[in-house]
Amino acid sequence: MNGYKFSLAGASLCALASGALWWPDKQLLCVSDLHLGKSERIARNGGAALPPYDTRDTLNRLAADLSLTNASVVVCLGDSFDDLGAARALPEAERLWIARLQAGRRWVWIEGNHDPGPADINSTHLAELPLAPLSFRHIAREGASGEVSGHYHPKATIRTPARAISRPAFLADSNRVILPSFGTYTGGLRSHENVLARLMRPEAIAILTGRKPHAVPMPR
Amino acid sequence: MLERADKPATLLIAPTGGGKTMAGFLPTLVDLSANAHAGLHTLYISPLKALAADIKRNLRTPVDEMGLSIRIEDRTGDTPASRKKRQRADPPHILLTTPESLALLISYEDAPRMFAGLKRVVVDEIHALAESKRGDQLMLALARLQTLCPDLRRVGLSATVEDPAAIAGLLARHPDMCEILQADPGPDPDISMLQTTELPPWSGGGAAYAIPAVLEQIRQHRTTLIFHNTRAQAEIFFRNLWLANEDGLPIGIHHGSLDRQQRERVEAAMVRGDLRAIVCTGSLDLGIDWGDVDLVVQIGAPKNVKRLVQRIGRANHRYNTPSKALLVPANRFEVVECVAALEAVRAHDLDGEPRGPGPRDVLCQHILVTACAGPFAADTLYDEVVSVGAYADLSRAEFDDCLDFCATGGYALRAYDRWQRLLRNPEGHWQLRDPRAAQRIRMNIGTIQDTDTLKVRLRHSRGGKPLGEVEESFAATLSPGDTFLIAGQVVRFENLRDLVVEVTRRSGRKPKIATFTGSKFATSTQLSARILDLFDQKDWPQLPGHIAQWLALQRRVSRLPQRGRLLIECFSHDGREHTCVYGFAGRNAQQTLGLLLTKRMEEMGLDPLGFVATDYATLIWGLETPTDPDPLFDIKALRAGLETWLAGNAVMKRTFRASATIAGLIERNLPSNRKTGRQATFSSDILYDTLMKYDPEHLLLEITRTEAMRGLVDFRRIEEMIERVRGRVDLVRLSQVTPLAAPLFLEVGKVPVYGAGEERLLAEAAERLMQTTGLGKGKPAGRA
Repeated sequence: MNGYKFSLAGASLCALASGALWWPDKQLLCVSDLHLGKSERIARNGGAALPPYDTRDTLNRLAADLSLTNASVVVCLGDSFDDLGAARALPEAERLWIARLQAGRRWVWIEGNHDPGPADINSTHLAELPLAPLSFRHIAREGASGEVSGHYHPKATIRTPARAISRPAFLADSNRVILPSFGTYTGGLRSHENVLARLMRPEAIAILTGRKPHAVPMPR
Repeated sequence: MLERADKPATLLIAPTGGGKTMAGFLPTLVDLSANAHAGLHTLYISPLKALAADIKRNLRTPVDEMGLSIRIEDRTGDTPASRKKRQRADPPHILLTTPESLALLISYEDAPRMFAGLKRVVVDEIHALAESKRGDQLMLALARLQTLCPDLRRVGLSATVEDPAAIAGLLARHPDMCEILQADPGPDPDISMLQTTELPPWSGGGAAYAIPAVLEQIRQHRTTLIFHNTRAQAEIFFRNLWLANEDGLPIGIHHGSLDRQQRERVEAAMVRGDLRAIVCTGSLDLGIDWGDVDLVVQIGAPKNVKRLVQRIGRANHRYNTPSKALLVPANRFEVVECVAALEAVRAHDLDGEPRGPGPRDVLCQHILVTACAGPFAADTLYDEVVSVGAYADLSRAEFDDCLDFCATGGYALRAYDRWQRLLRNPEGHWQLRDPRAAQRIRMNIGTIQDTDTLKVRLRHSRGGKPLGEVEESFAATLSPGDTFLIAGQVVRFENLRDLVVEVTRRSGRKPKIATFTGSKFATSTQLSARILDLFDQKDWPQLPGHIAQWLALQRRVSRLPQRGRLLIECFSHDGREHTCVYGFAGRNAQQTLGLLLTKRMEEMGLDPLGFVATDYATLIWGLETPTDPDPLFDIKALRAGLETWLAGNAVMKRTFRASATIAGLIERNLPSNRKTGRQATFSSDILYDTLMKYDPEHLLLEITRTEAMRGLVDFRRIEEMIERVRGRVDLVRLSQVTPLAAPLFLEVGKVPVYGAGEERLLAEAAERLMQTTGLGKGKPAGRA
């Protein structure tokens, strides 16, 4: 597996270079902030007509991780759709594609701030998912432990002798892991930002995604 | 000018100080004094706002003296909203404006009313506009005006250029004739190299050695302008000048990264004649009245002879005395460049290349701007567009592609039928689906690309003094405690808060230098050829002695590049391996060569990290160097996978970002819609990669390829060069940086290579960081 192993509350986890989190003991794959249908929402709101291939690309990458891990449980950590309209406007082909990916698996949609209500797509919708010793929710809660969350789209920068390299990153410490966003059209929040620096313990690490995962002390 | 008042287009070429701006207005003043005119009579367009304000002052005096009641107003981004509104309802006789403000004006529904009765348009500094997309945008806007006012007469004012006919072709409505008036160019400029007792250093761009000599020149002249090629160099020089300025001569600094207020203060002080010298970059090239300037000093080699001549021409407004200029080479290689440039100036050998057909990203913006003003017929708009010289060869199919892109996004996957930007109304005319979109389009008018910059402020309890701006990419490399130069002072980086770089003053410490990208100077192949000829001499009597020695040293430790051969030097420096390829093929070709060679080096496992190209060489750095030139120049291997490699390169991504912004796919990163931390925005690279993957034939990618090629050369020409030197490649391994290679380390415009080398560096850096902090409980899982 092209990933970085670490443990959280006794659970052995693997941060995949793709930005997905793999929990081998539960055969569970977790992805966050897919933002499916983002280009459609932007055009609907009178913005630019961005290349309408983001949903296709995000699903392509998710499908690749699913066939790599053969996960039996999939948890989407919220903001899976850019908004409810985007979920409704999903083209039939992509709706069927999601159904094919779901076949034979337990699939949980966690609610996010972009897609609060249950979207018109099969399977379970939950505000959060407790799965001892971990709990899965969209936004990290101060004081929580064994927590897996998303929402912030963290990214981190490493200074190399040639230049500074910035990539989407997992942030992990002994209490929680915050996942990078998995969606194709998503930006990132630097790990330096106060909100992230406050949430994470001083010894937290950042695991940069890309061709290979690279772990560093979380830049702050 | 008066005799030609009725010609549809006239181009007036005269050196600065020849009074050509007044000549341009003469027919207007005569007409307005003889005939009553209601509304707008003449539109004046200049590339800089400051110039519009200046002309207003200069025009006012003669108009008042002639006792004419003519209303003259300017309109730029700085004009208050209330006055702008009044100007639209009740336009002045003469309106002075910029290309961007004009594009905005024609985007309003009331444009036909506002421009009714317009008779003349004067385009100032057209030679400067002709080199950029701003000129293309302006000419498209003029085509629109010509439809509104069929009798519109055009006048262009230009400094000396190498190809007046090309400029004339841009100015006139195609295929109208454009008459060219050449004024007496005046005496040749008095231009020479500054004599210093101290020798220039082997490398470096600061020219600190010349400070005493430059100070002496400042003392001997009324007002001296000291030009630099980059902002960073200007900052360093200014600081050194101040440290040596024992007489306390009033000296200012002016460049595009300084806070606007600071710049305006310097401009005002200069107009008042309070300053003895200004250290500046190209930002002072145009714009303000150079009135009393009697000496122009150019620090660093003039990379472009035409620009040098135009700069010098602006000094000394008295028409009959020659302008005076001094060249100050910053290092020894630049002495050679300066000698070659002086020869070129004396030979009146102005460099420059034709720009090629009108860019289609600008056309897309023009289509959107046109739609803002109201429904339009595609046929009419197409006719207008091909009446612009640069777009004369645009096919109807190409135009329709641009229109389709504006309307639907132009994707192979028809996704936005419900949300189209432009729709066809029942009469078959195109209009905005949502009229509110006009606001957004207007906000994004313009073709100037700003890199994302962050404001720099002194740290203070509430909002300290603004000093200027640095590029975001530079700010990202700063750690608290790092020092850099801005606005002539050394400051210490404290933190980054709400997109503002907070700094404190730090006097006396040696700064880490701000790397503004600044302006990268255009190529001049002629200059390269002249230099190569110089190298070929057995000795160099026309060069200063120390330079001759330096070239002799290069010949001894390595070799001098020769025509018909290709020299490659390899050496380690600063912990990295460097490969320097002296093609002397001009910057565009050297840039292409850099792209090609890094591809081969990546395949050969040499892990290149980046390269920089100049007119004469490409310097590649990475983790290893080649030992054998043959596999490097293996044409078959170079060709294989070339498309993919080029497509993934930073040059393409940069170009895509610019074109996508102009064409309206990406919105400008306006301060108002930038959020702290930028969680909501994502990089244009993602859009580029997505299009490459799913819609590689998309119009914007086609435009990106075309636009990127303006800065590159044909692979075929590189192939020819490789064939020419086959078997005559000299690859030399050296123990240190050579005299010729040293100046390359100071070049701006470095291109990163995203390959295995980056991954290796990242892994090493991560490993080191984890070790030092004693973290690293986890470990890479390895491949399954």
